[in-house]
Amino acid sequence: MSTLIDGLSLGVIYALIALGYTMVYGIAKMLNFAHGDIIMVGAYSVFATLALCGLAFPAILVAVIVCVLLGISVERVAYRPLRGASPLAVLITAIGVSYLLQSIAQLIFGAKPRTVELFSFTPIRIGNSTISGASLLTLGVCIVIMAALTLFVNRTKTGHAMLAVSEDRGAAQLMGINVNRIIMLTFAIGSALAAFASVFYLLYIPSVNPTLGSMPGIKAFTAAVIGGIGSIPGAMIGGVLLGLIETICLRVPALAPFTTSIEFGLLIVILLFKPTGLLGKRRREKV
Amino acid sequence: MSEEIILRTDNLGISFGGLKAVQHVNLEIRKNEIYGLIGPNGAGKTTVFNMLTGVYLPTEGTFYLGDEELKGMRQDLINRKGIARTFQNIRLFNNMTVIRNVLVGLHNRPEFRCNPFESIFRLGHHFDNEEAMRNKAKELLSIFDLLEERNNLACNLPYGKQRKLEIARALATEPKLLLLDEPAAGMNPQETEELMETIRFIRDKFDMTILLIEHDMNLVSGICDRLTVLNFGTVLAQGNVTDVLHHPDVIKAYLGE
Amino acid sequence: MSYFRKIAKNFKWKHYIVYIILAAVLLLSALLWQAGVMKRSTATMLNQIGYSIILAVSLNIVVGFLGELSLGHAGFMCAGAYLGTFLYNFLIAAIPSKLLCLCIAMLFGGVVAALLGMLVGLPALRLKGDYLAIVTLAFNEIIGNLCKNIKIFGGGMGLKNEQPYGYSLFIVTFVVVILTLIVLQNLIRSKHGRAITAIRDNEIAAKAMGINVTYYKLFAFTIAAFFAGIAGVLYGAAVSPVKYTNFTFNYSIEILVMVVLGGIGSINGSIIAAAFITYLNLTLTNQLSGDLAALKYLVYALILILVVIFNNAPAMRKYREKLDFKKLSDKLFKKKNSDIRDDSAAWDRIPTKIPMDELLSADLKTQNDSPDTSMPEDRSSHE
Repeated sequence: MSTLIDGLSLGVIYALIALGYTMVYGIAKMLNFAHGDIIMVGAYSVFATLALCGLAFPAILVAVIVCVLLGISVERVAYRPLRGASPLAVLITAIGVSYLLQSIAQLIFGAKPRTVELFSFTPIRIGNSTISGASLLTLGVCIVIMAALTLFVNRTKTGHAMLAVSEDRGAAQLMGINVNRIIMLTFAIGSALAAFASVFYLLYIPSVNPTLGSMPGIKAFTAAVIGGIGSIPGAMIGGVLLGLIETICLRVPALAPFTTSIEFGLLIVILLFKPTGLLGKRRREKV
Repeated sequence: MSEEIILRTDNLGISFGGLKAVQHVNLEIRKNEIYGLIGPNGAGKTTVFNMLTGVYLPTEGTFYLGDEELKGMRQDLINRKGIARTFQNIRLFNNMTVIRNVLVGLHNRPEFRCNPFESIFRLGHHFDNEEAMRNKAKELLSIFDLLEERNNLACNLPYGKQRKLEIARALATEPKLLLLDEPAAGMNPQETEELMETIRFIRDKFDMTILLIEHDMNLVSGICDRLTVLNFGTVLAQGNVTDVLHHPDVIKAYLGE
Repeated sequence: MSYFRKIAKNFKWKHYIVYIILAAVLLLSALLWQAGVMKRSTATMLNQIGYSIILAVSLNIVVGFLGELSLGHAGFMCAGAYLGTFLYNFLIAAIPSKLLCLCIAMLFGGVVAALLGMLVGLPALRLKGDYLAIVTLAFNEIIGNLCKNIKIFGGGMGLKNEQPYGYSLFIVTFVVVILTLIVLQNLIRSKHGRAITAIRDNEIAAKAMGINVTYYKLFAFTIAAFFAGIAGVLYGAAVSPVKYTNFTFNYSIEILVMVVLGGIGSINGSIIAAAFITYLNLTLTNQLSGDLAALKYLVYALILILVVIFNNAPAMRKYREKLDFKKLSDKLFKKKNSDIRDDSAAWDRIPTKIPMDELLSADLKTQNDSPDTSMPEDRSSHE
């Protein structure tokens, strides 16, 4: 029971991050390798604000604002000049941005992990198993965020514009949609989600270091691929699935050392046999 | 024109997820013939080409080059067996020089065989091969009046010359059958006229059989020996050019009721 | 003798100048070493430069010539380092000659890495671009994770090298560098290299021209991994213990930085960049301690971003043309129009696999799984 809840809560964190990947991939057609590092920046903003004023909610707010601004400016400075260039070039630049953010964070805060005490929870006992309060909170808030996002994309005009851009950028532009603005908005939303993910990640592991983002980043990308990249519900399902698998693997002693291998192995197998993931759409190249 | 049949398709058809894109195509293309495949947009002409070159696997029927069934073969094998093609939207190796484009076409010629080991250690016929390939490529380029541009990048050629280069590259693979996908697309009447000359010239010089997709009726009636008209994925009419173009169904499909 | 006659007949200074320079460096440094003038730290650095060159050049085969991004090159190096060192430890007890042991270990490590490379090449047959890059990254992490958890490889402590080769290793390394270059350059300058670049430029057209894409993709991945494995053995021969933490995808990216800085698709560029970055890396590591070490990565990151944007951004075209090294050197040396020119000039721009106009072309619909929904309209438009 507690494994299930922990797994689910880790899963929804992955899902939040995966949403950022999948939206950017679907709309800007690029793999934002630096997405994981935005989480790291979010975590450091929480850490810094807490150190300054000691209050949790302003810290979360600051994290969201910093991440959104960062996401937008990264897109503007590093990715927009490469619009229309080869996907490979954009990917290499994104890797560069990821390095850049990590090294800047290390220069400012040092390589040493810092502890962040955001909230403290007393474990809840149900029957004979204990469930951590953090997990429950994570689960609840993340579900609300995801529901809101789904509503936003499917019910609002801007959401429809985003779908249109992801379907066919050229046609959307001809229909009078400001593609640059939509892509910027996508980065903003993705980064805000990353900021929330960083808060919950801190509940899960209460310490922050400059490479904090890279592993969850890659794993969340795995989740996005499992669910089918470009698909919002796919990212949610993939994230939850991956979180469960990871939690279960870590609690089985024989499998624990090989958790990374299992997760990445899963990624490879899925990409090989169903490159579109569980819910992805298929695109073929024209001959 | 001989009676030897180069390409025969037997009830060829394909469906994508239940939708029948092309069905019941029966072609018999004789040696040295220029055969036209025409039809409105979306009629399935390029799909037929894609099936003949192994890009799509036909879901119905099969096709033979000479006596050999080629259905189900990989694209590169089909090319080696003797079907070469050009593309509707030109697909050159843009970042390579003109001569290298043709050299890639020469890659599989049996006389230039050499394995990577020989190339790496410069054993066997490596140097002789390279020189012979270069001469062959130059010969082909001079036929298409591209010799002067041989060291330019392919993407820097003007449109008409890119089309020519694509044909030269396809011919370099020494095909028995050449498929041309809308060779006159984007050309003005005068260029089209020249193209017709070129196509006839290819047939005579290389003893080639040509299957071409075209929209331009002047070109089709000018050079094709026989025609097949496709509409909604099925054959509307086939046979001699004059017969086909006067066929009531064809007139209806092209001009409406 | 006709073999050498043919080689002499096809001799071009341009093609051999790299070997000559490297051989000169090798001779000079070997002499200095024998005379006892060279510092040990310089010998170590030369060894590192050597295997970095091997890594960068072999990665360039995949990234520059095949046109697929591989983020797992350090994984092959890891496999080579672990298995090569393992065999080396085993052999050194039986064979007295360290050099012989090392050569056998290199072959073994190279072959194992090559097999892994073939395995990683398999996804490349189905996947492209970003997806493939992620798969190679995943392979890298898996290889590291497995090496960490295999008992005979020393677990988390890393694999101990019983008798490190010693400082004169750099001489062996440079000989291997020259051999690597000969093999890879000859490969690229042959019909097989042409086939590989054709796949990069336009895979569909390459298939239609009879190029066996499966074969050449696997071939490129395998040969690149082979040399990465050898580089791994050379790495492992110098240090003890060989540790998996040195081969994370961060190291893969460091190799990628060398390739990008040197110019994607330019072998000479890779050599220069590998030497430069390794030198920079060592100097910075010595100068900067603690958290300032992050400055090193800051430099890498800026190099990556700026070089890629400069080389690829549509808005930068004007400046690119002004700073075209190829044209500059043509002007300087007044090249005559030789028969076949290396088209490396166009290779420092990563080729776009699917041109934009094709993505926007109207008849894209017909190739999706639900193709001819637009057929009736199209027909009417044709009337």
